[in-house]
Amino acid sequence: MKESFEVAIVGAGPAGISAACKLADHGVTPVVFERGEFPGAKNISGGVLYGHDLGRIIPDFIDRKCPVERNIVESRLWYLNKNGGYSLSFRDTVFQDDLRYNVFTVGRAKFDRWFADQASRKGAVIVCNTVVTDLLRDKNGQVTGVRTDRPDGDLKADVVLLADGINSPLAAQTGFRPEPAPEHVALAVKEVIELPEETIEERFNVKEQNGVTIEILGDITRGMNGVAVIYTNQKSLSLCIGANLADFSAHRIKPYEMMEAFKEHPMVAPLIKGGRSMEYTAHWLAEGGYDHIPDLCGNGYLIAGDSAMLFNALHREGSNLAMISGAYAAEAILEAGKNKDFTQQSLHGYVRRLENSFIFKDLKKYRRFNTFLQKHKEIFTTLPEGFSFAAREMLTVNGVPKKEKQKTIWRNLRKNHSLTDLLCLCWDALRSV
Amino acid sequence: MASTIADKLFLDRFNVDETSHLRIIDAKICMEDCREQPCLYICPANVYKLEDDRISVNYEGCLECGSCRIGCPHLNIDWRFPTGGFGIRHKFG
Repeated sequence: MKESFEVAIVGAGPAGISAACKLADHGVTPVVFERGEFPGAKNISGGVLYGHDLGRIIPDFIDRKCPVERNIVESRLWYLNKNGGYSLSFRDTVFQDDLRYNVFTVGRAKFDRWFADQASRKGAVIVCNTVVTDLLRDKNGQVTGVRTDRPDGDLKADVVLLADGINSPLAAQTGFRPEPAPEHVALAVKEVIELPEETIEERFNVKEQNGVTIEILGDITRGMNGVAVIYTNQKSLSLCIGANLADFSAHRIKPYEMMEAFKEHPMVAPLIKGGRSMEYTAHWLAEGGYDHIPDLCGNGYLIAGDSAMLFNALHREGSNLAMISGAYAAEAILEAGKNKDFTQQSLHGYVRRLENSFIFKDLKKYRRFNTFLQKHKEIFTTLPEGFSFAAREMLTVNGVPKKEKQKTIWRNLRKNHSLTDLLCLCWDALRSV
Repeated sequence: MASTIADKLFLDRFNVDETSHLRIIDAKICMEDCREQPCLYICPANVYKLEDDRISVNYEGCLECGSCRIGCPHLNIDWRFPTGGFGIRHKFG
């Protein structure tokens, strides 16, 4: 391998590979270090990707055989209590034709490998089985390369892009992004459950290649600020459940036991019945939000994707923010490269691009969302049953006048919540979105 | 379907390194100063187990999430990634 490259990228995930593609498109050969045996070997997400943003990196991704699991035509939102719950869903045929691949599911072991292969074909050098353990710096603190755990360890680079994900001991060690506090990450576990294609299509009422996503809140996270999802893949379902890491510590709940209870929930069990578990994984979600985004670039380095806390929890957007931020980082590197000046000031085009994009605008808009959920734990404790009581009451035909039922519902809700609490919840909810 | 944590970990593919990438820095802190011992609960792979006189570390099944590192109230866990190519290898991701 060459001893020096213009650009070294840490991590062959969506952010790193997007940057590598953009750089290679413009004649710069980046080297990408990946600690897994292949790109994707260490990566997980719930499993949705967005065609619009992938299309900005690989416009003809379908023709290039991007490993799509299912095209999403329906999104459901569930609010569950112990025995059942509310379900709200939206489906439109437009997602089958004009807006096909607006959202689709992927398995990251396959997708990331395919994505990195696209970058390789453009000329990027992908080096697997390699952990970047430190950054090289000159006496002025300018980053000048990377230190790896390979025998021929060090590699010089004019600029380094950190795209190594939310769990980044490197970012913490170099001080470029402080270690996240437990309340600023969610810990999620994922189980992939294999089922025949036809069974999935029947259970979710979709035709071949189409699929459904379900986002789930309620007491399934046992009073913790958390969420679960069920996504359809071609021949499997992805089940994820997670909660704020500080809440896990405080509640002393084991993530895998919570997953088991989730699988047994009466709304979930029929969907996975007869399935066979294929894989069990765990990962963090970056929930620090806008106020915990680190300095995005410095002398000789930039940070993109999850590593930079770019994650929109409410809209389950992460991989796409990684892709776009990676592409912006590449553009800024190309710009700075014209003068061979990779100081923070010269790389600032990266921050400017992010600020003017939907990424910063969205993260700013939802900056209070995580604190809202952390503060209003009733969403995960008493309200699921409170609201379910209301629906049960109204749906039970028993000769009681509806006005009386409404009074009963209100009284029941007021047992656990004062009027001020409820008003405060509504007010904070409105402010957080 | 896999129901226990042992069943779940059995589904995964690991290329186990000879040496552990997780190390408790001071075993005394766990037993004498740490009342919460959250590592016993938060770890999604049940890597940490309470023995008579210490907490054992079964790094072989680590899912590499990092939770124990930042969740340890005494920051008593030295955590690095497994050597390149070692550790968990996702089949689906």
